[in-house]
Amino acid sequence: MAHHIDLVSEAAGTPDIEQPFAELGLKADEYQRIREILERRPTSAELAMYSVMWSEHCSYKSSKVHLRAFGDKKPDTDVLLVGIGENAGVVDVGDGWAVTFKIESHNHPSYVEPYQGAATGIGGIVRDILSMGARPMAVMDPLRFGDPDHPDTRRVLTGVVSGIAGYGNCLGLPNIGGEVVFDPSYQGNPLVNALCVGAMRHEDIHLANATGVGNLVVLYGARTGGDGIGGVSVLASETFDEGGPAKRPSVQVGDPFMEKLLIECTLEVLHAGLVEGIQDLGGAGISCATSELASNGEGGMHVELDRVPLRDSSLTPEEILMSESQERMCAVVVPENIDAFLAICEKWDVTATVIGEVTDTGRLIITWHGEVIVDVPPRTVAHEGPVYNRPMQRPDWLDTLAANDPLTLPRPTDAQQVRDTWWVMAGSPNLASKLWVTSQYDRYVLGNTVLAQPEDSGMIRIDEESGLGVAISTDCNGRIAKLDPYIGAQHALAEAYRNVATTGATPLAVTNCLNFGSPEDPEVMWQFSQAVEGLADACLQLGIPVTGGNVSFYNQTGDVAIHPTPVVGVLGVIDDVQRRTPMSWKPGDSILLLGETRDDLAGSEWAHEVHRHLGGRPPTVDLEAERSLGRLLVWACRDGLLSAAHDVSDGGLAQTLTDMAIHTGLGASVSIPDGADPFMLLWSETTTRVVVSVDREHLAAFLAMCAEHRQTVTPLGRVASNSADPALVVERVYGGTVTLPLGDLRAVSEATFPRLVR
Amino acid sequence: MTARIGVVTFPGSLDDGDARRAVRVAGGESVALWHGDADLKGVDAVVLPGGFSYGDYLRCGAIARFAPVMSVIVEAAREGMPVLGICNGFQILCESHLLPGALTRNDSLHFVCRDQRLRIESPSTAWTSQYVHGQEIVIPLKNGEGGYVADERTLDELEGDGRVVARYLDINPNGSRRNIAGICNEAGNVVGLMPHPEHAVEDLTGPSTDGLGFFASVLSLLVAVGSL
Repeated sequence: MAHHIDLVSEAAGTPDIEQPFAELGLKADEYQRIREILERRPTSAELAMYSVMWSEHCSYKSSKVHLRAFGDKKPDTDVLLVGIGENAGVVDVGDGWAVTFKIESHNHPSYVEPYQGAATGIGGIVRDILSMGARPMAVMDPLRFGDPDHPDTRRVLTGVVSGIAGYGNCLGLPNIGGEVVFDPSYQGNPLVNALCVGAMRHEDIHLANATGVGNLVVLYGARTGGDGIGGVSVLASETFDEGGPAKRPSVQVGDPFMEKLLIECTLEVLHAGLVEGIQDLGGAGISCATSELASNGEGGMHVELDRVPLRDSSLTPEEILMSESQERMCAVVVPENIDAFLAICEKWDVTATVIGEVTDTGRLIITWHGEVIVDVPPRTVAHEGPVYNRPMQRPDWLDTLAANDPLTLPRPTDAQQVRDTWWVMAGSPNLASKLWVTSQYDRYVLGNTVLAQPEDSGMIRIDEESGLGVAISTDCNGRIAKLDPYIGAQHALAEAYRNVATTGATPLAVTNCLNFGSPEDPEVMWQFSQAVEGLADACLQLGIPVTGGNVSFYNQTGDVAIHPTPVVGVLGVIDDVQRRTPMSWKPGDSILLLGETRDDLAGSEWAHEVHRHLGGRPPTVDLEAERSLGRLLVWACRDGLLSAAHDVSDGGLAQTLTDMAIHTGLGASVSIPDGADPFMLLWSETTTRVVVSVDREHLAAFLAMCAEHRQTVTPLGRVASNSADPALVVERVYGGTVTLPLGDLRAVSEATFPRLVR
Repeated sequence: MTARIGVVTFPGSLDDGDARRAVRVAGGESVALWHGDADLKGVDAVVLPGGFSYGDYLRCGAIARFAPVMSVIVEAAREGMPVLGICNGFQILCESHLLPGALTRNDSLHFVCRDQRLRIESPSTAWTSQYVHGQEIVIPLKNGEGGYVADERTLDELEGDGRVVARYLDINPNGSRRNIAGICNEAGNVVGLMPHPEHAVEDLTGPSTDGLGFFASVLSLLVAVGSL
């Protein structure tokens, strides 16, 4: 049966036709508003466009009122070249170089179809970076999965890791870090966040504007297919329910080879000066690209939709508008440049088609074989969607949670029990070696990777001549955010900030991926607003602006939401990557703990792993102290005083020492200082702490610098010399000595993931 | 004087920039070659870099083999021009029948990226003369289909003729027969290597600078030939 084409000319005369707005994810009042804007019922093509563009994922309708805080509380800084609202923020890193970075979620698709969900998550964020005019340089993946022993976790974990490897490796971008975290709260809602960073010269920055009446709109890249239809409205903007229809057709399918061609082709047309405005096609596909380009430019555009090259000729206009087929871009090109533009596309075997032109009508008009099927003001689609001030409610259970003090939990009281705890923690899924994951990712391609997992930050070289580079870390402890979302967001920022400074880079800017439950739940909405406020306040205090980010709501199954998980990415700059501080300590180094340790077990890995406990008051986040510690680490790096540094976070000091020892294969002898409780020193998760190792030659200078910064320093011991049987030896543990052979420690740490995926 | 070394870019080549950098670091002049042009631009040697040429569609290297540039490379290689195929380049050399055997899916079924210890088994090729027999080196390995296979007779021949160029130590990362990491043709001018020497030319970004020897070897050979 031929598909009926619903024309604008017919819509006014048939006001009473029933339209499937609810199935498309629109509420009744939203549908009513569309009718008011258009002064008639929408055509089915218009309804399709509004439904995807007004989805939570695209319109930020529930989060918008809160996200303003990032702008309102923006620190006074001149590093921001392009701010929030574009495809990605752009930061000035000096010498005429600009860096753009952003993190996005692909949570829902990755649960439905882990391989393609994770793969296309990378594809999407890479196109965001590319559309700013930057060459994508590296990716990172913060991942969160359910209970490691749940039968479904293996499916999601292996699928997601394979998808990231399959897509990222074929694309030729090094994967330089990320996180892998397990918690039962993510069981039906894994979090697959993807970060990309790219670099360009200042003059190469491009924006998504359709300017210049008569300029041509070119769609290029993959052909449009039936995959991912309604991905943003159906998948990312609704809660999964038991027994609902299968959602697999809403997941996109990726082709990394096409994306690689798209990168090279796009950079070539940009550098040849052939592009006026550019936009990637991601969520909401052509609907998003055309309405945003038009809305940001002259305000009008005419698109001939029947010119879009298709994989499947039976697709309806509505499906073409909503399709989220991957590896597509849209460019605005001056007519005299179109031949040169198409020639470069042909060189790279990339299909390119002129689908329309920029007009000054103030209307986005889309035709299908000459007949008008869409006639709308583009701003109403792209920018003037509904805005909700949703009800918020501080959850009652927070007080109960806070009263459940972890200090009463049974803990080790002698050397043998400390040793036993050490083994348990070293092999726990959240602390164990992630080698099974990271060894599937190419970290070498492009030849600029200076630091990669398991280092504190990923670090890449931007300029081979000068050695200018950037470091990035992403962090979040969802348990802390559950205890207190305001502090949780600050805790995440503080950790990412510290990780960047630990490698010797100066923190410069922030991106975020705010993963939460349903905004229609007032308690979730309260958590969200608290996290945003906390993050905005902390960014202001640390003097680093938020450059952009992403909100992912509806991460909940039934009534049960995930832990609030505001993943924060911090980018830092280092003027010569040769000087970076790695985590590899050297024989004979003094081992020093910077920062004070308090009784912080709430939300800790120890409480989680050993007792499945979550409660109490989260650790204090002291941003002034973080800033001072960060400055010390950067200065010490600049003066070449440090052999190695590694921050103290999940798993406490015990894990920091374990990481450093395993990484180098060098043992160490440390001793519990007078007055410290061995257990608390080893497993408390007080923030603002870093372990450094310093050689004899630089020790006095470093201690003097610490004194100048009023930094608390606790000498812990010394790195052992090379030996056939290296061990981590901890003395004065409740009157005994704990000896941990590194071979065994490594074996325990590396055995966990292969066991989980078996 | 120095030699000019061409590095081919196919659609989907990923390590072409790294190979050009390695040539420069070793003191040579790198020349970018395009898959669609049957033109070697007068280069003295060629590197086929790693990556996923043509998306690895059909079979790794199977489509690249028919690229216009390959017809002139095959001809030049038969006349003695040094050619190094790294990873996907090794796969292309096998598909082009410049080298025997084939590369198959890793036995782990996973892509693997690791710092790999190798033993140089033959320093008498155009690309390994700067190493000594039995020298152990560490360079990155990263592949999804790196398992070297050939029939027993071919393997025996390769061993007997000293055409196994490098072998994996510690572990066999991909299920290669007889731990073979690289081989050469009878003349020793064409070498295929699964691990990546171009990623080990700077201490800053690589696990070592052990990979530099491959590029230094061919440069010293070409300079020696040129100065005769």
